[in-house]
Amino acid sequence: MSSDFSMITTRRDEAEGFFQRMVSRGLGWARKNSLFQYPFVTACCGMEFMTISGARYDIARFGAEFPRFSPRQADLLMVVGTVNLKQAPILKRVYDQMAEPKWVVAFGVCASSGGFYDNYAVLQGIDRIIPVDVYIPGCPPRPEQVLDGLILLQEKIASQSHPLVDHGAPPELTAASGRQDLLAGGSR
Amino acid sequence: MSEKALRQVAEKFPEAVLHGYSQHGDETLVIKREALVDVLQYCHDDPGLQLKLPASLTCVDYIDEKPRFELVYTLYSVTLKHRLRIKVRVGEEDPEVPTSIGIYRGMDYWERYCWDMYGIRFTGREDMRRLWLYEEFEGHPLRKDYPLRGRQGLIPERDVRDIFRGPGPGPGSVPASRAATPRPSQLPVIK
Repeated sequence: MSSDFSMITTRRDEAEGFFQRMVSRGLGWARKNSLFQYPFVTACCGMEFMTISGARYDIARFGAEFPRFSPRQADLLMVVGTVNLKQAPILKRVYDQMAEPKWVVAFGVCASSGGFYDNYAVLQGIDRIIPVDVYIPGCPPRPEQVLDGLILLQEKIASQSHPLVDHGAPPELTAASGRQDLLAGGSR
Repeated sequence: MSEKALRQVAEKFPEAVLHGYSQHGDETLVIKREALVDVLQYCHDDPGLQLKLPASLTCVDYIDEKPRFELVYTLYSVTLKHRLRIKVRVGEEDPEVPTSIGIYRGMDYWERYCWDMYGIRFTGREDMRRLWLYEEFEGHPLRKDYPLRGRQGLIPERDVRDIFRGPGPGPGSVPASRAATPRPSQLPVIK
C-alpha cells in the first residue's frame, strides 16, 4: 500500500494490511486446493503420471485431479516428458493461452533439463522457453516425488500475497504528492 | 537360412551383383545402383522369392570411405519366411537413388526418413518432404559430420544459467551463442 512511506503506518494501512493478509490466506487456500491442471504429456513419464492420477497415489487428495484439456481453463501446466525443438513452439503457445494465475511443473528430468537427450533435437529443459515453478527429478519420478513436488507447489501458492484493490500503476513520487498522500491519510 | 534366395538373385543378375555374403544368419547382396530397381522388382515378383514385405530401409554413413553412404534394404517374405538384405553404395557427391515405391508402397516413409536423416535423394517420386524434422531445419542430423549438439531452435530462448554438459562440438552449450544459434548455412565457409 503506502510503500513509499514504509516507516509511517496509519491505522488505515494496518487495517488494509490485515485484510490483505486474510484475503491472501483465503485465496491461497482456495487456489492450492483446486488446481485445474493441463497435462502436456509427450513421453514415457506419462505412464507415471497415470499412476499418480490413479487410485493408489491419487492426486485427487490434493485437489489436482481435474484435467482440463483447454489451457484457458487450467491453472497448472504439467509438462510430462521430453520436449523437443519441434514441440517447443506448441508448448510456448499453450503456456501463453493459460489465464493468470498459472503455475508450471516440470515433470521428470527430460522436461527439467533435457535428460540424457543431449542431442540435436531436444530442448534442454523447458525453463529455456517458459518459467517453471517446481522441478521434479527422476526418470521417471516416483509417485512420492511427484506428490512431494505438488505439496511444494501448494506451499508456494498458499504463501503468495494478493493486493486487495487494484490501484493501477503507482503515481510518480514527488515531494508534493508524497505530502498530499500523507495529509490525506493514505487515500490512494 | 536363405542362401537359396541369395543364389537365385545372384544368378539372375550376374553383372549387377558386386558381392554376396552371409553373416550372423542374414544373407546380404551388394549390388550396383543402376540395377536396384530391377533387382527389387525381381525379388518382389518372382514366385520362388516372394519378398513382398519391405521390412526396412536405412542408411549407413561410412564417412572415411568412398563411396560414403550405404543404403540397406531389408526384404522379408511372409509366405516363405526368409529374409534378404540388399545393399547399395552411394557417393557423397550425388547421393541419388531411384525410388522403389512403385514396387513397395511401404517404402514411402523409409525413403523420406533417409532423406530427412541422411540426405539421400530418391528420384522419380513426389512428396520428398522431411519425415520427422521441421522444414526450417538445415542439414541432415544422422550424418557423421553433423555437429552433435547442432540444435536449431524455432523460438528464442530465455536467458537461463547453463550447466556443464560435457565435451562435444556444436552450438547450444554456450549461453551467448544460444540467443541466436546460427544455421549451418550462415556459418563461415572454411574451405
